[in-house]
Amino acid sequence: MKVHIVDYGMGNIFSVQKKLLQEDVSVTVSSKANDIDAADKIILLGVGHFKKAMDNLHDLNLIEPLSNFALVKKKPILGICLGMQLMTKCSQEGGKVDGLSWIDAEVKKFTTSDSLQFKIPHIGWNTVQQVKDSRLTQGLSSNEEFYFVHSYFVEPGSDDLILHQSSYIQNFCSAFEKENIFGVQYHPEKSHNAGQLMLQNFLTL
Amino acid sequence: MFRPRLIPVLLLKDNALVKSVKFKNYKYIGDPINAVKIFNHLKADELVLLDIDATSEGRRISSDVIRRVGEEANMPFSVGGGISSLADIKEVISCGAEKAILNSHAIQHPHFLQEAADHFGSSTIVLCMDVGRKFLRKSPYIFTNSGKNATKYHPVELAQKAEGLGVGEIIIQSIVRDGTMEGYDLELIRDISDAVSIPTIALGGAGNIDDFRKAYQTGHANGIAAGSFFVYQGQNKGVLINYPSREDSSKIIAPQPNQ
Repeated sequence: MKVHIVDYGMGNIFSVQKKLLQEDVSVTVSSKANDIDAADKIILLGVGHFKKAMDNLHDLNLIEPLSNFALVKKKPILGICLGMQLMTKCSQEGGKVDGLSWIDAEVKKFTTSDSLQFKIPHIGWNTVQQVKDSRLTQGLSSNEEFYFVHSYFVEPGSDDLILHQSSYIQNFCSAFEKENIFGVQYHPEKSHNAGQLMLQNFLTL
Repeated sequence: MFRPRLIPVLLLKDNALVKSVKFKNYKYIGDPINAVKIFNHLKADELVLLDIDATSEGRRISSDVIRRVGEEANMPFSVGGGISSLADIKEVISCGAEKAILNSHAIQHPHFLQEAADHFGSSTIVLCMDVGRKFLRKSPYIFTNSGKNATKYHPVELAQKAEGLGVGEIIIQSIVRDGTMEGYDLELIRDISDAVSIPTIALGGAGNIDDFRKAYQTGHANGIAAGSFFVYQGQNKGVLINYPSREDSSKIIAPQPNQ
């Protein structure tokens, strides 16, 4: 099986790559459309600005091959952190910037609270509450902890999309699932055994 | 439920793990990669790696070490030591670090903080502030170059400036408490934590779990970091990498009857 990590100049590819290489799969990392076309599964990760990420995907001519993979071929694709956010319609980050529009959702910024406990960015370990059954979360306990680093969150247009929900200042969608398209706000590659189990589940989809 | 992070800080000198007292008297602890393996096993929340000689030797923390840590670590980690350009940050992130910790260069050139946050996003950029006392002055000041050079900045002033420039979190390190295990400078930590809306991490002085609790409950820190606590055991400070159980660390957030 070929898993492809899209390299579009945004973020920590090494960690995810290392975690995947512990499993019995071949991993490609590149910014080439060919590798997207040849892949069985894709991971879209990223940290940084939404607008810059979309600009990079656009400049590298990757939007069409990615959309073809996700919407026409309907093969499994997992968005992590900013990668999850890019799958939505638009983000508040950097004005109102269009996303890949695969998922009916918008990306919003946490509103500042007065609480000294809940500052922004949301950095650290938080529990996720499972909202619907999924093959991605098989074997995970019902109140698993994952590692988060983000200031913006995904607000789905429909509750049916929500896979995990978490609470920080407010409740927010920490994972979504729509057919073959998965997005997680947290970092499975940095989340001890639970994270590795989730990546294994993704590989067996 | 969201909970405060408990973060071991690993100091690197010649790529070996060391521990200091008041930024001096470095004692050899062991191999950093071995320590990371143990912290994996103990399920540590997050790690910080700091190369304490990088700035004075005019270089950056070794990519090779970061990469080897990145290969091992099952948890996020941040790295610092001589990071002074966007290319440096790109490099440490591509080696597997979650966040870049900026210190001397960024404090001397604050516009770099803004450039870095603009380029990599706030949540990737951490400012480490080393706080000490100037001779015959009562109020605390920020120091750079491993505590050697005093700056004009008061801690709260620099913290607020850093927040305005887009920094995502601040490590507050007390030079005089470093390695003493006598407790955090709670007043300092609270003054800064209350003055900014970004997360703060307390560092310097932790000797026991109750110190962690105080940093969180009295100091209002969002992350709790320590060096000696995680590498020493007992009164004679024998080297033993350790990390509290989930049950013990739950005392950090437990309400206190007397408060």
